[in-house]
Amino acid sequence: MKVRLLDIAHARSGDKGDTANVGVIALRPEWYPVIRTYVTLAAVQAHFKDAITGPVERYELPNLNALNFLLHGALDGGGTLSLKTDAQGKVFSTAMLRLVLDVPEDEAKAANLPGPKQWPVYQRSPKE
Amino acid sequence: MTPTHDQAGQRIVRVASGQGFWGDWLEAPRRQVEGGDVDYLMLDYLAEVTMSILQKQKERDPNMGYARDFVGAFESVLPAVAKRGVRVVANAGGVNPPACAAAVRQVARKHDVSDAVRIGVITGDDLLPRLDELIAGGHALANMETGEPLSTVRERVLSANAYLGSVPIVDALAKGANVVITGRSTDTALTMAPLRHEFGWKDGDWDRLAAGIVAGHIIECGAQCSGGNCLVDWQTIPDLANIGYPIVEGSADGSFVIAKHPNTGGRITVASISEQLVYEMGDPHAYITPDVIADFTTIRLEQIGENRVRVFGIKGRPATDKLKVSIAYRAGFKAVGSLVYSWPDALPKAQLADRVLRERLGRLGLHFDKILTEFVGASATHGRLAGEPHDPPEVQLRIGVRGEDRAAVERFTREIAPLVLNGPPSVTGFAGGRPKVEEIVAYWPALIDKRVVQPKVEVLA
Repeated sequence: MKVRLLDIAHARSGDKGDTANVGVIALRPEWYPVIRTYVTLAAVQAHFKDAITGPVERYELPNLNALNFLLHGALDGGGTLSLKTDAQGKVFSTAMLRLVLDVPEDEAKAANLPGPKQWPVYQRSPKE
Repeated sequence: MTPTHDQAGQRIVRVASGQGFWGDWLEAPRRQVEGGDVDYLMLDYLAEVTMSILQKQKERDPNMGYARDFVGAFESVLPAVAKRGVRVVANAGGVNPPACAAAVRQVARKHDVSDAVRIGVITGDDLLPRLDELIAGGHALANMETGEPLSTVRERVLSANAYLGSVPIVDALAKGANVVITGRSTDTALTMAPLRHEFGWKDGDWDRLAAGIVAGHIIECGAQCSGGNCLVDWQTIPDLANIGYPIVEGSADGSFVIAKHPNTGGRITVASISEQLVYEMGDPHAYITPDVIADFTTIRLEQIGENRVRVFGIKGRPATDKLKVSIAYRAGFKAVGSLVYSWPDALPKAQLADRVLRERLGRLGLHFDKILTEFVGASATHGRLAGEPHDPPEVQLRIGVRGEDRAAVERFTREIAPLVLNGPPSVTGFAGGRPKVEEIVAYWPALIDKRVVQPKVEVLA
């Protein structure tokens, strides 16, 4: 089943030099294992491949039901060098939440994950 | 003010956050001291590049170089400081803490409460006058991100400040200061130091020191932990106009509660605190400060009441023998200009304007290190992840350049407005005029041996 990260997690992002960090937090404790399993390093690398020039690091914080990602080379040099609107990486958080996970049906059902049927019409991408 | 106690009879110390950056809500400091009991007011003014701006101001006027907002903030809380015993800790000193202290003294004198205000001034973080001596002594001050030695940009350095920890602030409080003004202190030390002072935490109390750092991290961005910029359930966060800034209620064992004053807006939940905990986080196992290394994977959160979250279980370990140094240097020039294109075909019009502008810049033979185009309303913040926009009513073309050659950047700023009459149609939004050329002051993070930095603490009589 397709699951939007937006529906099962919230996020905040910030900067350190040319690196953006994105913290992803499960909206319910029982959804943390889902994000831990499916929001992988490879998935996040692929998601941001057009947006960053460096590698990605991934950390787990089970105590906060959260993951932390460091996206290197994300901010056009960062700080005052950057010409970007989002020079401080403030909305990489919501860009991360555009990620769509592929969760096996039984697992999605067991965790009571909201799927495409719950996606509001206005938020559906034209491809759906 | 005598510290109060919680319901179990444990002594608690309240540290209120009144400013998350230079430019934060001017009302917040006064609201924090008037909305209920607090023991300390913590005000954070310094972002990474703030020091260089202040250094430029000090070069123009030797009595400047500090966060001037603090003088007004101090005046707004003066009755609480002078009559109710609230103590203030602020890194408002910038590159000139003594000048900041002098301005504060003047305010106290004006209100005839000089006797009630004892100012602690912390210096020693400024390494600029010692830079050549340090480099000659084998301190490369290599860039933490690129590894390059500082000698490559030495001639362009504007400011260099070591991040000091909690010890000098604790020292100033122990000497009786009720207003402590620091230069480049870590943001977290401004909160941890009052707790350390009140509870007598020593080197070796790593878990408690780490807890103080976590408390500092949670409240150092002001209302960003109490409902501000909070994504989770944002539509239902009450009364943002009247948002309550956070307060740490610290206990001797290192556990603490994040709360806010009654009858204020915003929301403090496990989710809102979690969002702030992950903000600007690196490796969560090692949050490195001059005082202690805190392990963010040990933090436990518990909702213990409405707008009250208890934080506990935090583990720490000994600090390293290095201090981080924040160095600012001149790194060329930049300018950003924009125009707004309207429906129909707003995006293709803006895209054509971008191509036309780039072709003209090329024909002029102008060279830049970077030209960046964004289409605000289509893809500026999420890029290709946003997908194709659906016939937007307008799109802002936002184009920026940077480079070493000021004249080239200047010329670029004159190429935007002509597009209004000689480029694609349906264009507006140029009332702001020609973009400004800005000198870029870039950030150079480095490390230095702790032993070569000697903080100085002075309490003014």
